[in-house]
Amino acid sequence: MNANANIPSSTSHYPTATNVQKPETHTLSVLVDNEPGVLARVIGLFSGRGYNIESLTVSETEHAKHQSLITVVTTGTPMVIEQIKNQLDRLVPVHRVVDMTLSGRSIERELAMVKVRGKGDERVEALRLADAFRARVIDATTESFIFEITGKSEKIEQFVALMLPLGLVEVSRTGIVAIARGPDTM
Amino acid sequence: MTKETASTREMTGAEMVIQALADQGVKHLFGYPGGAVLPIYDALFAQKEVRHILVRHEQGAVHAAEGYARSTGKVGCVLVTSGPGATNAVTGLTDALCDSIPLVCITGQVPTHLIGNDAFQECDTVGITRPCTKHNYLVKRVEDLPRILHEAFHIAASGRPGPVVIDIPKDVQFATGTYSVPKEFPHTGYHPKVKGDSAAIKAAVELMARAKKPIFYTGGGVINSGKHASQLLRELVKTTGFPITSTLMGLGAFPAADPQWMGMLGMHGTLEANMAMHDCDVMVCVGARFDDRITGRIDAFSPGSKKIHIDIDPSSINKNIHVDIPIVGDCAHVLEDMLHMWKAEKKQADKKALGDWWKQIDKWRARKSLAYRPSNEVIKPQYAIQRLFELTKDRDTYITTEVGQHQMWAAQFYHFNEPNRWMTSGGLGTMGYGLPASVGVQLAHPKSLVIDIAGEASVQMTMQELSTAVQYRLPIKIFILNNSYMGMVRQWQELLHGSRYSESYSEALPDFVKLAEAMHAVGIRCEKPGDLDHAIKEMIDIDRPVLFDCVVDQKENCFPMIPSGKAHNEMILGDSGVSLDDAITEEGKMLV
Repeated sequence: MNANANIPSSTSHYPTATNVQKPETHTLSVLVDNEPGVLARVIGLFSGRGYNIESLTVSETEHAKHQSLITVVTTGTPMVIEQIKNQLDRLVPVHRVVDMTLSGRSIERELAMVKVRGKGDERVEALRLADAFRARVIDATTESFIFEITGKSEKIEQFVALMLPLGLVEVSRTGIVAIARGPDTM
Repeated sequence: MTKETASTREMTGAEMVIQALADQGVKHLFGYPGGAVLPIYDALFAQKEVRHILVRHEQGAVHAAEGYARSTGKVGCVLVTSGPGATNAVTGLTDALCDSIPLVCITGQVPTHLIGNDAFQECDTVGITRPCTKHNYLVKRVEDLPRILHEAFHIAASGRPGPVVIDIPKDVQFATGTYSVPKEFPHTGYHPKVKGDSAAIKAAVELMARAKKPIFYTGGGVINSGKHASQLLRELVKTTGFPITSTLMGLGAFPAADPQWMGMLGMHGTLEANMAMHDCDVMVCVGARFDDRITGRIDAFSPGSKKIHIDIDPSSINKNIHVDIPIVGDCAHVLEDMLHMWKAEKKQADKKALGDWWKQIDKWRARKSLAYRPSNEVIKPQYAIQRLFELTKDRDTYITTEVGQHQMWAAQFYHFNEPNRWMTSGGLGTMGYGLPASVGVQLAHPKSLVIDIAGEASVQMTMQELSTAVQYRLPIKIFILNNSYMGMVRQWQELLHGSRYSESYSEALPDFVKLAEAMHAVGIRCEKPGDLDHAIKEMIDIDRPVLFDCVVDQKENCFPMIPSGKAHNEMILGDSGVSLDDAITEEGKMLV
């Protein structure tokens, strides 16, 4: 009852100190009204509350309704992921938040444009590998290619790693977009 | 002009602002003019429906609107200019966000063609206020203004209430457009859930009926839900026979005079409330959010209990503490359903177990954790609040506070039996809140006795609003517990920093009596316990603003207290004889 009680005080007032859950990566689809500042609200929420953003894509998807779809990949403990979803849902322009990872029935894709500079055998090898990965050549000079590749992030990572010794000089990636399988919509 | 003829007609953006306020039933607007809002001030000049209250600083305008809102349940309204007007309002907006107070704050902005140009008195108001509002708008076209004005009120007041900012560039204020009251709002995705899930409510009722050591833990959400919610809470607590405690923000929802009331819980809560929270087997949390001032050490918080959490904001659930039965919905709706289900299913509390539980609680109560050593020489701050309570309890009284020791003593020793009578800055802990808040409360309740329980340090932060009170003949009473220290800072320095009172002494204090007189108010000083009753009565009887300098014991600390890093069952009591230095571990010192 008083302060002499012999209880170790290694923890704090704050929940993080006692959090023993493992962090997970989740992909969230966030349907929002496309209005000025809406992206700032979403990003500000992440930075203000100390959440991570691994990937972020945003574009207007329904022009008539002025709605945009934001796809954000984030990491956190299950409790934090739940908080992120609830906090996003609380924003006034947010219509829906769907956890694509939790639903377990979603397809995720990413597009990358990969610039490779080289001559001779390396150039031939790059082209051969691109073919194996179903990457398209979208620009070519006598000393460079730009490949366009789509797929899961792992596939892109792998392609980029293979291109590295073959003269990779620049990569531009869209970040992840996701959609649920089957006939149901958001 | 009647509302019918005004319902659709041509007018300027500035006129739309005033028309929308009038249509929303706004009677008082707290503000301060400046270049970017002059068209709106011009529109104000030509009408009588909305009364403008000129404050002395924009922070004061927002706190006054908060006091107004909290004491009436209506939306508080603020009008300030661009740049410094908006930035000065930020503290108040953040305060309102933390404590879920509905506000609409209209800010002027430089003309649209100058936005982003670093123009005179320009700031990125929507950028700055984005994280400290529930929502905000920059209005770029006069066509959007009527919809936005009305939606702002809807958003501020519905769901979990909060502040909304509308930033209006000066050219939009001048522009002419068609005003009408909108039938629908731009944000079609905003639908706060008010009705609780009936399966969850059923599960909660089952759990409550089986409880052996139950407790109600209630918060500001009950107050925000309206007077009806407080009534339902009282009925449910009576029907079940469970003990009840509340957070700082929730005081008054349940009458403090009732035997089932255990007093406030948390860092400076009563022993019985905190021990019962720790030992309970079923906790019913109604409109509170497991804030760190309440829980203390998270992993030792009420370890043996099943927890039911009613909250309108889904993000409050499972944020700090995992709960077993979450119920998202408005307190009044959920409490009504709960009560209905309890009665319909003829539920009975376990009488025997509850009797034993109350016996245990009475043992804790007998410890008299709020006891202090009385004195005939100096005024003890607790004694001052007790006398203030005794001498004002039979009147129609509203209390506001600043932040610090005096605030905690007010919460412990001033007893509230009705909701909306207690206005304090809980979440943000804003020193300087109470004086301007009392201005707002007094405007809303001109015949009532409105007292700001203050500290001599806090009150100096927004002292200038006394001038506002004088201007509008608002007879607020500022009751300063003057211990010549930032008392809570001093207490923590004693506890955590070896009594090194770094910068916490209130040096060069003004003579509050002369200060009051210089500002055309009345000053009273009281230094002896024997004079206190007479002085308080004198204060109450004066129909003008009074600054009451109550000189109290400089060394008194606020107890009981859960030290940093400790659990609910490790409280320090005022007369426990425990040395403060031993009470807190090294890890505890890291915390605030």
